[in-house]
Amino acid sequence: MRSHTRWLAVVSGWGVLLCAAGGGAAPARAQESHIGGMTGHAAAAKPLYERYCAGCHGDEGDARGENAQWIDPKPRDFTMAVFKCRSTPTGTLPTDADLFDAVTRGFVTTNMPPWVALTPGNRADLVAYIKTFSPKWKTGHAGTPITIPPEPALSIESMRHGRDLFQKMECWKCHGTSGHGDGPSAATLTDNKDLPIHPYDFSSGSRFMCGVTNRDLYKIFMTGLDGTPMPSFADDIKPADGWDLVHFLRTLQPLDTPEARMWKAWLATHAQELKPIGPPGTGQ
Amino acid sequence: MRVRITRRGGTAQMSWLLSAAVTSGCLAAALALSGGRSKAYTAYSLAVHKASAIPAFARKYGLRCSACHTVWPELNAFGQRFKDNGYQLGNDRDSPMWQSPAYWPIAMRTTPQWHLESTTHQITDAAPAGKTLSQTGFDLSGVDFLLLGTLHKNITFGLVPTLDADGTTGLEAAFVRFDNLGQSPWANLKVGKFELDNLLSEKRFTWLSNNGGFLYAYHYLPSGSANNFGFGDNQIGAEFSGHSFNSYTRYSVALLTTDDGEPGLPGGKSMDAMFTLSQAFAPGGGLGPQRVGVFGYLGHRPTTFETVVGAPIPGTGAGNKSFYRIGATAQLWLGNLELLPLVSHAQDDAALGPGPEKPTWNNALLEAHYVATPRFMVQGRYELTRMSTQGDPATPQTLGDADAFALGFRYYPFMISRDGMALHGEFAMTRTTGTAPLSGDGSGVDPADPATKVWSRSLLLAFDFAF
Repeated sequence: MRSHTRWLAVVSGWGVLLCAAGGGAAPARAQESHIGGMTGHAAAAKPLYERYCAGCHGDEGDARGENAQWIDPKPRDFTMAVFKCRSTPTGTLPTDADLFDAVTRGFVTTNMPPWVALTPGNRADLVAYIKTFSPKWKTGHAGTPITIPPEPALSIESMRHGRDLFQKMECWKCHGTSGHGDGPSAATLTDNKDLPIHPYDFSSGSRFMCGVTNRDLYKIFMTGLDGTPMPSFADDIKPADGWDLVHFLRTLQPLDTPEARMWKAWLATHAQELKPIGPPGTGQ
Repeated sequence: MRVRITRRGGTAQMSWLLSAAVTSGCLAAALALSGGRSKAYTAYSLAVHKASAIPAFARKYGLRCSACHTVWPELNAFGQRFKDNGYQLGNDRDSPMWQSPAYWPIAMRTTPQWHLESTTHQITDAAPAGKTLSQTGFDLSGVDFLLLGTLHKNITFGLVPTLDADGTTGLEAAFVRFDNLGQSPWANLKVGKFELDNLLSEKRFTWLSNNGGFLYAYHYLPSGSANNFGFGDNQIGAEFSGHSFNSYTRYSVALLTTDDGEPGLPGGKSMDAMFTLSQAFAPGGGLGPQRVGVFGYLGHRPTTFETVVGAPIPGTGAGNKSFYRIGATAQLWLGNLELLPLVSHAQDDAALGPGPEKPTWNNALLEAHYVATPRFMVQGRYELTRMSTQGDPATPQTLGDADAFALGFRYYPFMISRDGMALHGEFAMTRTTGTAPLSGDGSGVDPADPATKVWSRSLLLAFDFAF
């Protein structure tokens, strides 16, 4: 009996040591987020994460929540630390404010709702907690946000130049010649987990996943949507040209925007001046 | 034998131990207070339907119950915004056109239970001077069928048929709501039968017993009153409401029939009116924002009717006499501790009974929830009601005064996005002066002496589930 007790003590001791070692190897959870003057604490967010997020994103942030199997598109895998909506260059980590904005705004046409009703403190805590799932946040830092030049005045020339860029950058290959998301490559697209992904259909009139403003749209194609086939065009077009593309893309949406009104009025008398968009040989 | 307990298992075991301790405490207190008697006398039932924890939404959107509920069925700030937005997340996938054709927006809730009821000073054939009557046993709560969702983007519907345990059917709610009129969250119109926009919702109550599941603030009427109004009763009419984008600022105004939610226009031809206004703030920590609000209800009840052969003709009421309810409430968070205070003032016209004066009374309550985890909550409430003016000056000033106390817990063994179940324990007691408590099914008998304090106690253990 005494021998049995001693063995139990030895085994228990090793168990304690192993647990301690395991705990040391696990990602540190004592991280913070900083959004404006607000500091979020990961330690405070575990019950919040369980309450609001774990059903889809999983307890370990690996996108394996019990509901993930039913969701399309799939929830974000936080262990990869790859995020679509950033203000930072492609391939870099987003800022805390980027993550905070994403939690607040949600992602339209997905199961990720806007969590704007949560207190800013709760959202900041959740951002800090999300960053505990990947070691990238321990070894790296968020990228430096891109510089966005002021939006120039809207003009037909700007929209026509944007249309030329839409052709030149081959946006139509995925988004389609009319922006319906039905380009020749659309059906073949996959994300970084080899899951099918659909290009944005401008004709749906839906909000953009990363925001609703022209500035948000500018950021999307200058930073790219990491983890998706949507690349960054920051190295391919001049910053000012980006605004021309923004102005043209707005005309593809069935919304009553200044761009759409101006374009429609101009098109009524100048449509014949435009060459069709599409692969070489279709008029370009 | 040593049992190895994992971290998660340890947490669950602690919750169970705490649950058991609270339950045992409630049982001991109830047995002591009821004198250990167990003879049944009056049939109680859960007359007030607690309707609104809706797993159909969890299934539609793939969110856990805890996303919308502090602990279900109580709404949290996210759930309040979801409700304010017409049960829409606003992800451009709210219309049923985006759902699988197999999706059916229905959920069911019921509560198998064991409960004990005890009331003092009850007059019986064998005891005309009154005695304490107790009853206990397994029971059912009836079933709520919760059909709520969207007919189209920004068009919401609600339909809540109910089936009481005795087979009686009812229609707790039936409405259509037009959301975000003019693309603005500040303009929404709801028509039909619905719950009033009460910040402290009795329909999303975390109390289930006869004494605990009843707010005097929402149902109290003076002894001898001819009024039938209850704030906690769903009403029929139209409500215009609005809210800021995050629902931190909310308002509603409503025009309602004078029938206390009874269909068929049995009352008068005038309309009642109600308003609510609340504002939330988000300073510092806490599980939710701090909200403060005010509410008011101006109602009328007819005092004369057209008659045929002496019998009143429904819907022809005239000679309206007014009553009002005004109050203030709040939802405050101190970390995981939620405080829900409410104060109200009420007055009925003298013509609504029982004497030449306008009966006037005041109410105050404080409810507290400690949300230890998304799956475990301990709660308590104290409520007092005091008559300030009796309708009949000859009536003792304290007649009808009430004090109500409740303590309970809810434990949710699992938390998924398909359904929900709670182990519910609750002890509640009410003390009224000169009258039988209004809680329960109201079949108690008033004591002969108007100064007598009548105690009513409830102990309930239940499995509350919704699918």
